[in-house]
Amino acid sequence: MKKFVNNVEEILTESLSGFQKAHPDIIKVNFTPDFIFRAKKPAGDKVSLISGGGSGHEPLHGGFVGHGMLDAACPGQVFSAPTPDQMEAAANEVHNGKGILFIVKNYSGDIMNFEMGADMIDYDHETILVNDDVAVEDSTFTTGRRGVAGTMIVEKTVGSLAETGASLEECKLFGDHVNNVTASMGVAFTSCTVPAAGKPTFEIGAEEMEFGVGIHGEPGRKREKIKTANELTNDIINSILEDLKPDKNEEVLMHVNGFGGTPLMELYLLFEVGQKILEKKGINVVRSLVGNYTTSLDMAGASFSITKLDEKITQHWDSAVHTAALRWKI
Amino acid sequence: MNSENIFLALKNIKKTIDINKDEIEKLDQAIGDGDHIFNIQRGLNEALKLETELSSLSPEEVFKKIGMKIMTTVGGSSGALFATLLMGMAKKYSKELNDLENLAAMFYEGVEATKKRGKADLGEKTMLDVLIPVSLSLNKLKNEKDIKKVAEKIKMVAEEGMLSTRDIMATKGRASFLGERAIGHIDPGARSSQLAISAICDEYIN
Repeated sequence: MKKFVNNVEEILTESLSGFQKAHPDIIKVNFTPDFIFRAKKPAGDKVSLISGGGSGHEPLHGGFVGHGMLDAACPGQVFSAPTPDQMEAAANEVHNGKGILFIVKNYSGDIMNFEMGADMIDYDHETILVNDDVAVEDSTFTTGRRGVAGTMIVEKTVGSLAETGASLEECKLFGDHVNNVTASMGVAFTSCTVPAAGKPTFEIGAEEMEFGVGIHGEPGRKREKIKTANELTNDIINSILEDLKPDKNEEVLMHVNGFGGTPLMELYLLFEVGQKILEKKGINVVRSLVGNYTTSLDMAGASFSITKLDEKITQHWDSAVHTAALRWKI
Repeated sequence: MNSENIFLALKNIKKTIDINKDEIEKLDQAIGDGDHIFNIQRGLNEALKLETELSSLSPEEVFKKIGMKIMTTVGGSSGALFATLLMGMAKKYSKELNDLENLAAMFYEGVEATKKRGKADLGEKTMLDVLIPVSLSLNKLKNEKDIKKVAEKIKMVAEEGMLSTRDIMATKGRASFLGERAIGHIDPGARSSQLAISAICDEYIN
């Protein structure tokens, strides 16, 4: 394993400490229990958004703490759900009169720990479960679809709505709505390496790809021989559209997300390919985001997320945001 | 049942888990994401540091404090579930009962709480495939006088439960995303639970 490490057990603490020092104008970090929160508490009453999950997906979620998005993020160990005391402490720090909205990716560990954390606080609270990944079936026989790169779209838009002083119920409903009109799917060329493990999570041949991969290097739909960007994008987009069922002339946001080990040059190439495929189908890409936002450590690969836009979602996507990883109109 | 023998059990669990760490890691990498063993080891290390602090407390308090420590240091599903198990056990301790009756009642309570927390039951390829049969057997054997016999039986039940996870599809947790691809793999949480229970049993068998 070649990674920038001093002591494997200290990776998270050292990284969080560096994150704090790099963005002192935007965030602060509390240690033990670990959580990232805004450097400046919002002036007026607002719903407080708290997300979190295993580390290794940076900038998700800590990079999205700040004006227009999250109030706090609770980072767990690499790929492990954070612990309930982190959510409790974060809620106590950031609550601002209108309740707490937890944004949780649909994984058993995250759900259980956020539930236990919610049990420990006295404020009104709601939870949005994000499950945008169409690679795994949502049936009674599974835990359900996974939450992946679409999570940041939920965090951006609901974060913006919360900034307007909207109620907890309103924010929760809007978040569920954005989740319902967002679908994602990814493909991986290589495994990722969890630092504590020191070796790749899964074996994959030089000519193979994992189609429908999760953001922890967990297997997806099938193992296939690698294809051209056109072919695999076509497969991904078709899977997403099967789920979203957009209308002709539908306006969408398309987010091409890198998993950490794929150059931006290739991500833009994917955007080009995806945009053309959608154009042919009469779907208009009117908003876009390309980059490494929901990563899987050093995994090579990428995902597409598509959100069907309406006036409200577009407005809250476009609004001002000031976080470490996302900054516009400010 | 006292703080001293609870910590002896914990030390034995730690020893067994350490010996089998590579195997647990491999099981988790096959159908999970490989974090289980590191989380468990971190939690056990932290819990063991409480030995002096908890030495004079009642079993109830000891279980509760160890549970809290597991809750705040393990993370992931296993942290939430093992913490729920231990804190559930703490709730049922009674001075009126003998050790085996106590353990049976406490374990039953803990396992019920764990089922609720994980929204899972028997046959879903999880740690509950070990914990539920062990809980039922403990309750059947709670009036048995021969502790060695109880330990041998429980050890066997735990092992059968663990092995049963190999041939079933997962419907809960991260392995459920794999569908049929998870068949043929033992669930890592079931394996670590079985190892922990065996470590406790061995103390009474040998």
